[in-house]
Amino acid sequence: MFTATITLSLLAIIFGLILGYAAIRFKIDSDPVVDQIDAILPQTQCGQCSYPGCRPYAEAISSGEADINRCPPGGESTIQALADLLGVDAKPLDPEAGEVKPEKLVAVIDEQTCIGCTLCIQACPVDAILGAAKQMHTIIGPECTGCELCLPPCPVDCILMVPVKTDANHWKWPFPNPDAGLHEAQR
Amino acid sequence: MNSVNRKLWKYNGGLHLEDHKTCSNQMESRELPMPKRLTIPMQQHIGEAAHPIVKVGDKVLKGEMIAESSARVSAPIHAPTSGTIVEIAPMPMPHPAALDAVTIILESDGLDQWCELHPIENYRHVSSDELRDRIRDAGIVGLGGAGFPSYIKLDPGQHFAIETLILNGAECEPYITCDDRLMRERPEAILDGARIMRHALHAKRCIIAIEDNKPEAFAALERAQSQSGQADIELVLVPTLYPTGGERQLIKVLTGKEVPSQGRTLDIGIISHNVTTAATIADAVIDGIPLINRMITVTGESITTPQNIRAPIGAPIEALLDFAGRENGVETQLVMGGPMMGISLNSASLPVIKTSNCFMLQPKQPTVPESPCIRCGECAVVCPAELLPQQLYWHSRAREFEKVQDYNLFDCIECGCCSYVCPSNIPLVHYYRFAKTEVWAQEREKEAANIARMRHEHRQARQEKAELEKQERMRKKKAALKDKEKGGTDDAAKKAAIKAAMDRAKAKREANQNPEAAAPTDVPSQEAAATETQPATIPESTSKSES
Repeated sequence: MFTATITLSLLAIIFGLILGYAAIRFKIDSDPVVDQIDAILPQTQCGQCSYPGCRPYAEAISSGEADINRCPPGGESTIQALADLLGVDAKPLDPEAGEVKPEKLVAVIDEQTCIGCTLCIQACPVDAILGAAKQMHTIIGPECTGCELCLPPCPVDCILMVPVKTDANHWKWPFPNPDAGLHEAQR
Repeated sequence: MNSVNRKLWKYNGGLHLEDHKTCSNQMESRELPMPKRLTIPMQQHIGEAAHPIVKVGDKVLKGEMIAESSARVSAPIHAPTSGTIVEIAPMPMPHPAALDAVTIILESDGLDQWCELHPIENYRHVSSDELRDRIRDAGIVGLGGAGFPSYIKLDPGQHFAIETLILNGAECEPYITCDDRLMRERPEAILDGARIMRHALHAKRCIIAIEDNKPEAFAALERAQSQSGQADIELVLVPTLYPTGGERQLIKVLTGKEVPSQGRTLDIGIISHNVTTAATIADAVIDGIPLINRMITVTGESITTPQNIRAPIGAPIEALLDFAGRENGVETQLVMGGPMMGISLNSASLPVIKTSNCFMLQPKQPTVPESPCIRCGECAVVCPAELLPQQLYWHSRAREFEKVQDYNLFDCIECGCCSYVCPSNIPLVHYYRFAKTEVWAQEREKEAANIARMRHEHRQARQEKAELEKQERMRKKKAALKDKEKGGTDDAAKKAAIKAAMDRAKAKREANQNPEAAAPTDVPSQEAAATETQPATIPESTSKSES
């Protein structure tokens, strides 16, 4: 009886120490699911999901606070990817969050109208606007995510959203038209 | 060293196609009269578009560089004749969607006056780097149709030893005979090009492979080699089978080796170039002539005299079609490239570009609608890349781009064998091209998202840091104030500050009510107060100007 108690207590202490050490040694700082969700989100940082950026939205999804269908820039493919990751059913985009834009738009500043107020620079979540007080501002096109957050603060409405031009290196083959089938010349 | 009894290997599948070559390869190639206007797109190759270095109104000489690029994967462009630049604007280029590219329009002055050329006396005394620079500056890209800048394929880096240089003269696609004609007419140039490339690569051996339906080309090269007195290049006849001209298929046939999936030929010590590229490289090195014209097959049932034409880059396609003669009264379909891998063009006013090897004009045929896949498996039987075309089709169609990559979509060479044999008329290659470009687009988006995430995180970190610094400054200021209080003079200073603040508020109020009496009442004490209150506002303004 006495030996058994001692042995079991010893074992309990040993395992307790091992587990305690493991908890410190293999500590996970952030929730890996949040990182995985964040990796799927398009990083426009537009806030249309009602959270202040993609990461907060990822955190909200992971805690079950937000639904997976609130990201208009990601569209259907993002919802599908989130559904696959989290093992839930995909659902249509929440109309409350916004609509999917048919093409990617980026902001362009009409440099003649710009008064150099820096308000758009402060609004840009990815530092894609270059300029200084009372100096003309300009948008670094390739860095613009098209979030449109710079539009409301602009006091002179000099920011336009324009479609990205397709060149040969960005062009995509369209989905084949099943009625067209094969051209007879190829037979 | 012409081994007829050489051991050859076989790849999976392939097709025996009717080659339709004799209609265009019997006639000596002819030179197209220089058109009045040349339309020269800046995107004629794989990679970054070149940028014009001339202005409207500039006079240029034949062979002068008119566009260049600092990007690695790119190629400069030269004036195909002397004349004046009359326009630089985006215009449609030969492309499946007729996309616009910046285009230089050159109006010929009819003199065809060369600029100063810089031939390399003896390439054997020149370093590989200098040869590569010359080949890059001559704007040479893969002329078999792919358009990949050639100098990159001559730069294996230090980690790869090149065992074999293969010159691809297989020309397996039906109808096309431009390589055939060039091998017959300029075998010396091809051999020179082969020797230059071999010298640049330090390749141990060099093989020129020709399909056995071109015995005349083989004989011409053999003759040229014996006349040159050097037997350093192996000429090999390979069996005619489509697509033996595919880089990986030809390597398999010649060496039995397979290029690793998604790898490069470099990984197995082999580099391959097209024979026309070789001849162009010889011109660039030995004579200093850049790539400004090329041999093009003009063929098809709607052409009266199918033939090969030497045409300047930028010549309108219709000039070539008219030069060879068009059949009247039939609605036609224009294809750039061959019937298996070519792309349909909507307009004959588009220009010849560096990668145009063939223009085919056929009577317009009705399209056959696609029927459901019956899982017959014919496509897998003929696939030279040993893929499973059906699976690729299903997943491409369902837009399951991850799964389609699991079936090695990117090893597909788009040869079109699967579509050719498909009894359901499914445009399989079109589905694969669609899936490939979608995957690339997704990758680009992913990369852009990663950059956006990084920039957003940096911004947040910077804002947090600024906020912390501001708080720290406030804390220090407060501590300093407390110290002063303890020092004794505190009460007076505090009272003075309060008084100054009240005075300031009063002055402001008065100023608002009466703009004329806006002058401050108590200037010195206001300044004293300002020095105390200012630090609290500075961090905000600095953080603003930082952002």
